[in-house]
Amino acid sequence: MGALTDLTIAKAAAGLAAGDFTAVELTEAHLRAMEAARGLNAFITETPDIARERAKASDARRAAGQAKGPMDGIPVAIKDLFCTEGVLTTAGSHILDGFKPTYESTVSANLRDAGAVMLGKTNLDEYAMGSGNVTSYYGPVISPWKATDGKDRVPGGSSGGSAAAVAARLALGATGTDTGGSIRQPGSYCGIAGLKPTYGRCSRWGIIAYASSLDQAGPMARTVEDVAIMLKAMAGHDPKDSTSAPIAVPDFRAALTGDIRGLRIGIPTEYRVDGMPAEIEALWQRGMGWLKAAGAEPVEVSLPHTQYALATYYIIAPAEASSNLARYDGVRYGLRVPGDSLDAMYEATRGAGFGAETRRRILMGTYVLSAGYYDAYYRKAQQVRALIAGDFRQAFTKVDALLMPTAPSAAFAIGENTEDPIAMYLNDVFTVPVSLAGLPGMSVPSGLSAEGLPLGLQIVGKPFDEETVLRVAGVLETAAGVTAKPAFGGEG
Amino acid sequence: MPLDKDTVKTIAFLARIKVPDAELEGLAKELSGIIGWVEQLNAVDTNGVEPMTSVAEMSLIKRKDEVTDGNCRERVLANAPEMEMGCFAVPKVIE
Amino acid sequence: MAYVIQGETGDWEVVCGLEVHGQVVSNAKLFSGAATAFGAEPNTQVSLVDAAMPGMLPVINETCIEQAVRTGLGLKARINLTSVFERKNYFYADLPQGYQISQFKYPIVGEGTVILDMPDGTTRAIGIERLHMEQDAGKSMHDQDPRRSFIDLNRSGVCLMEIVSKPDIRSPDEAGAYLRKLRSIMRYLGTCDGNMEEGSMRCDLNVSVRPVGETELRTRTEMKNLNSVRFVMQAMEYEAARQVEAYDAGETIVQETRLFDSNRGETRPMRAKEFAHDYRYFPDPDLLPLVLTQDFVDRIKADLPELPDDKKERFIADFGLTPYDAGALVASRRAAEYFEAVAKGRDAKTAANWVISNLFGMLNAKGLDIEANPISAENLGRLIDLITAGTLSGRLAKDVFELMAETGKDPETLVEEKGLRQISDTGAIEAVIDELIAKNAGQAAQFREGNEKVIGWFVGQVMRSTQGKANPGVVNQLLRDKLAK
Repeated sequence: MGALTDLTIAKAAAGLAAGDFTAVELTEAHLRAMEAARGLNAFITETPDIARERAKASDARRAAGQAKGPMDGIPVAIKDLFCTEGVLTTAGSHILDGFKPTYESTVSANLRDAGAVMLGKTNLDEYAMGSGNVTSYYGPVISPWKATDGKDRVPGGSSGGSAAAVAARLALGATGTDTGGSIRQPGSYCGIAGLKPTYGRCSRWGIIAYASSLDQAGPMARTVEDVAIMLKAMAGHDPKDSTSAPIAVPDFRAALTGDIRGLRIGIPTEYRVDGMPAEIEALWQRGMGWLKAAGAEPVEVSLPHTQYALATYYIIAPAEASSNLARYDGVRYGLRVPGDSLDAMYEATRGAGFGAETRRRILMGTYVLSAGYYDAYYRKAQQVRALIAGDFRQAFTKVDALLMPTAPSAAFAIGENTEDPIAMYLNDVFTVPVSLAGLPGMSVPSGLSAEGLPLGLQIVGKPFDEETVLRVAGVLETAAGVTAKPAFGGEG
Repeated sequence: MPLDKDTVKTIAFLARIKVPDAELEGLAKELSGIIGWVEQLNAVDTNGVEPMTSVAEMSLIKRKDEVTDGNCRERVLANAPEMEMGCFAVPKVIE
Repeated sequence: MAYVIQGETGDWEVVCGLEVHGQVVSNAKLFSGAATAFGAEPNTQVSLVDAAMPGMLPVINETCIEQAVRTGLGLKARINLTSVFERKNYFYADLPQGYQISQFKYPIVGEGTVILDMPDGTTRAIGIERLHMEQDAGKSMHDQDPRRSFIDLNRSGVCLMEIVSKPDIRSPDEAGAYLRKLRSIMRYLGTCDGNMEEGSMRCDLNVSVRPVGETELRTRTEMKNLNSVRFVMQAMEYEAARQVEAYDAGETIVQETRLFDSNRGETRPMRAKEFAHDYRYFPDPDLLPLVLTQDFVDRIKADLPELPDDKKERFIADFGLTPYDAGALVASRRAAEYFEAVAKGRDAKTAANWVISNLFGMLNAKGLDIEANPISAENLGRLIDLITAGTLSGRLAKDVFELMAETGKDPETLVEEKGLRQISDTGAIEAVIDELIAKNAGQAAQFREGNEKVIGWFVGQVMRSTQGKANPGVVNQLLRDKLAK
């Protein structure tokens, strides 16, 4: 038997059920791995006491014949954007210093109630705004993957800590959130599977809001099967969230039949962008080939408004964020920098508390909503968004799923892309349109770049059709057969 | 349309974020760049297109008029930087 | 008669619009399940949603929607089947989210009308522009500490209806009548208790003036959060006069918010420099558009109680009351119901007089609400019956009425206890009269010589010796008969 940290959720569940090891042993192995991997800075807060307590409780349940399901006893990491009761929650920001919620987010509570063991809170781009996990107040996360040039790589963002933790085998799974690509893109950079569900599939209650009409919680794990298992535990209607869809949660794992014969897979013409690296194009071709070999039919489709998606996103998301982040004012929680007057206190607190990218987006958002500009920017963007969603709806009358790259490149080096904010934004070119349309999208490890860094392919499905997405993803995963592991990680 | 320092100052005040004077120029340039970039949307013909209000295609879920919450002052005040007499304390506001 | 202000160069008229914020009657708040009751300990009626903790989300209260629709129907207004909640963004200590969830472009209720019953019996129609729902803010207390303010969020998130009138109001009297009518309608419907002292109804006043005959609207000023009808009227009167004086002096009126000093009855500019608010309204992405069915609205309409205007019409038609009396009785639903109970099977005009003059007068003097009325409708009715039957004189009935108010006892019991039965037995009265005439020959002679006034003195004497119980009509008749002889 190899290291416990090399298991998958599915294998660990089987091992626990068979009595090969206990939940406590499984958790201890991961806690040790976390300790050894502190250099990656994947965690902001480690919660070993809670982890041990929950692992113990899991073993007790199992002994009493009351094990809850596949997630019972499984060690997972929780992105520090989810409010966790009694545990420091920072959103990667200085402005939430010392904030310990007196409540638990619905999604992390669902996992807890399914028996999952919380190892700690993972690092992230501040307020989920970023594609590299380089904007966190707690410092950047370093990817466990090493490139041939020896420079440290970003894990992607904003769920960089979660991606790194899973890739480095510090956790069997992790929660992420995805607003413009923040699960899928780090999933791609770190060679793991990450799924952004349909908007409304998972509850947003208790998740620190960035852009309300786009944010979605989702699972990140090393295999498609694991993602399916986690999603089942995370998802479900929540009456405390008015945007939570009142629909049943299917057995996602059962969708992994491996059979995609007859499925029509859309290949969007417009995703073949100018200057796309040859190896990404090649990967995409290979992906089409694998799906074809499995009996699916690639079909060219057009999503004519694709090129406007980034601009649309970078108007809508900052606008919503500028309003969502108004509550961080030093009055009721977090950092307070004193001031002579109320306004002085607000300005000093928020000036000191927010990082540069967060400040940029709040100011952008404030500007595009301000008097005289609302119609030109915000309203216009919402119109283009409707057109983008319309493109997908049209395409889905002809196909069952879409295939495209997840990111336009492999992970970039830490320190790159920091001159121009827009250069950073371009990393989301393939993920953002899917978010704007609220569709389910998943990144699957599909290959390695010339420098030995992971590359992912993205599958997109119809609203609430995560099952088809997972099924196609499973086939891709098998066909791609990526076995490479990051240089760093696990108990070794 | 580019933003100037004064506009940035006004926006920063609306957002209650203190921006040191030395940073205004740089910020104005950055924001102007981003605004210029998003203005590519002007090329899209959106005549007669309804702005998207929500991706969720469902109706607003209502709840019954029952008292199911509140009465949890300790939790509400638990993270307060400053409080007294059961209230949040802030620098005095002059009306 | 129009309300005009005489300026130096001519007459001016006042143009006024009122924005009323009414707290909706409901158990829980608009977007959170915390309680709405007034007067609780600070921050005990605050949920995590109200406190705007990270990750919290709004969920709408169905009763608040119904109450808004109900009120809209009471204002004879158009109900908008689709309306949208938008965020009004600004920073203030009592606004934890940093925005207020309100409605901007698409309010739930559109244009309507409020009919005013003016004191001279005429009616005036005041246009309603719109009604929308929004969250109330918390309360800041500034007087406890020299350097700090304290925030209580109990009120934060309570559902408010903002009712905006068209600028149709032309005098302080109309403003007062409008507020009273609006309050009456909401109380009839049970959608807002209209208690201005407690703050469940607040009023913002917009005032401008213009020369009589001019049709363009000039610059207006605003006075906010006035919490009594009297203050609204005073503020309007003062401000209108101030603006006329300013124009006469060649000054311009600045569009601003002014404070009303209720001690001096004056308005003055606010101390702090007011910067322009840019609320950056946009549809709240945590909510979806509110879509109502016509069926939903119709069901609410079918269940509406009879509203004051309709009740007034019915009182005039069925009971033959004057518009003034009918108007006075329907001002409060309880009072109208009380009147109808008293008037049942009795002369309506008599019942109306007793209710309006005596009962309302008594309640006013004691500072009581109709809800705390010590005289039941049944008892008042029976009092009227005693007078009609001649058992009790009208004059003594007033005394019995006072006693009923003090003790809550029924009139028959009180009449017996105090021995107030009216003496109509002519024999007894004749005896008293005979004795009186015998003892006062001089006055008797004066009457025979043509001095009519003396009869009043005789009546008074008879009433005195019978402790007021003699039937005055009978006394008068008998006196004339006997004195004439």
